[in-house]
Amino acid sequence: MFDEGTPLFVQIAERLAGDVVDGTLPEGARVPSSNEFAAFYRINPATAAKGINLLVDQGVLEKRRGVGMFVVPGAREQLLAARRDRFADQFVVPMLAEARRLGLDLAAVLASVEQTDRALPDHDPDRSGPDSGSVLTQTPAVVPRTPKEAS
Amino acid sequence: MTPMATPADPTRTAHLTDDRPVIEVEHLSRRYRDTTALDDVSLTVQPDTITGLLGRNGAGKSTLMKVLTGQELASAGSVRVFGQSPLEHDSVLRRVVFIKEGQVYPDISVRRALEAASWCCPGWDHDLARELVADFDLPLRRPIKKLSRGMHSAVGIIIGLAARAELTFFDEPYLGLDAVARHVFYDRLLADYAEHPRTVVLSTHLIDEVANLLEQVVVIDRGRIVLSGAADELREHAVSVAGSSRAVTEFTTGRTVWRTGSLAGQTVSTVAGPFTDLDEARAAAAGLRLAPVSLQELVVAATGRRRDAAAELSA
Repeated sequence: MFDEGTPLFVQIAERLAGDVVDGTLPEGARVPSSNEFAAFYRINPATAAKGINLLVDQGVLEKRRGVGMFVVPGAREQLLAARRDRFADQFVVPMLAEARRLGLDLAAVLASVEQTDRALPDHDPDRSGPDSGSVLTQTPAVVPRTPKEAS
Repeated sequence: MTPMATPADPTRTAHLTDDRPVIEVEHLSRRYRDTTALDDVSLTVQPDTITGLLGRNGAGKSTLMKVLTGQELASAGSVRVFGQSPLEHDSVLRRVVFIKEGQVYPDISVRRALEAASWCCPGWDHDLARELVADFDLPLRRPIKKLSRGMHSAVGIIIGLAARAELTFFDEPYLGLDAVARHVFYDRLLADYAEHPRTVVLSTHLIDEVANLLEQVVVIDRGRIVLSGAADELREHAVSVAGSSRAVTEFTTGRTVWRTGSLAGQTVSTVAGPFTDLDEARAAAAGLRLAPVSLQELVVAATGRRRDAAAELSA
């Protein structure tokens, strides 16, 4: 269920962030308590609390005394912006590294990206064109998921 | 040379109010005629944490628990539990429950055994005991002598959890329990610990299964503590390095290598940390893959043949 590559509390934070991004946890929603997380994932409650506190520090969650932990309004957009900032490092750099090992030039890589995009079931023709507007103002149809979440 | 256990995560508010360790052991040794079961052991256990006491058979885990519960004498060093010596100290022992590996019970039924346990434990929760009996499908009227190995273990687990003692020792509590029953134990332990925080020390061979339950880890090998600290941070103690043999050799020179294997010009080595960002950048530039090792691998590495390496790591 968890991988060894990242400390457990970071993975808890990443999962929670993922839930906020994909709307499972809407803004303003109450977040399960650290004890509920601990029971659900079979992990130490202190570890779960540490993961939740990571998102409190990032301003994604807020504690309302006596009531619980809630998703801060605007948290989703904040998380999306952070993920877009990391997109090149996380996905483009490894892709280009592999392309170089394989001897694929940039044109071949771009062609492959376009071809794959067209083949995706939720292909959005508006997004493919060069005049499709700023990436930053648009919500990607496919939310980039980190390799860790995919595993 | 023996490290003190790192104190629990200071960000956890529960610890801010009461930071006196529940267990304080300094330079503890326990010698028998010709063997040394515990050799200069020092450690602290913070309140309201779950600590894993890990190590091979005969490493000294049970001896340590016995000394901590006043059932064995220390040959040297000092032991404090709730700030006092546990030896024949009723006010300390009243707050402690110790579930021993292979506990022998008098020849009575399960019901009588639980009843007797409830008289001795001021925090005993009858409802929890009843729920656990149902969870483990335990026949209350059967004499304990006629229980299967797993059922026998379940009796200990029920007593250990329902006692709700401030300090609970579980020494290999689940011999003979199948995977389903073990997970009942994990779930119940976590749920009850969350509602009623207390200090739990758990020794086990099944490291992978309990790794995520632990906040603190103490690894003991041949009577000595070879690793201790927060479970989250132990992973930084070692990594596995994979890549071309030459690059791996270059990267690992001057480091403690626990284990290494090569095949067709490729080498995988488990090496001791710490690693800086620069180290990681160097490894990446050399085409090496760095991967963390699991708690289980770490314990195997630390308690394996390379004894000197393990000692060096904890230094």
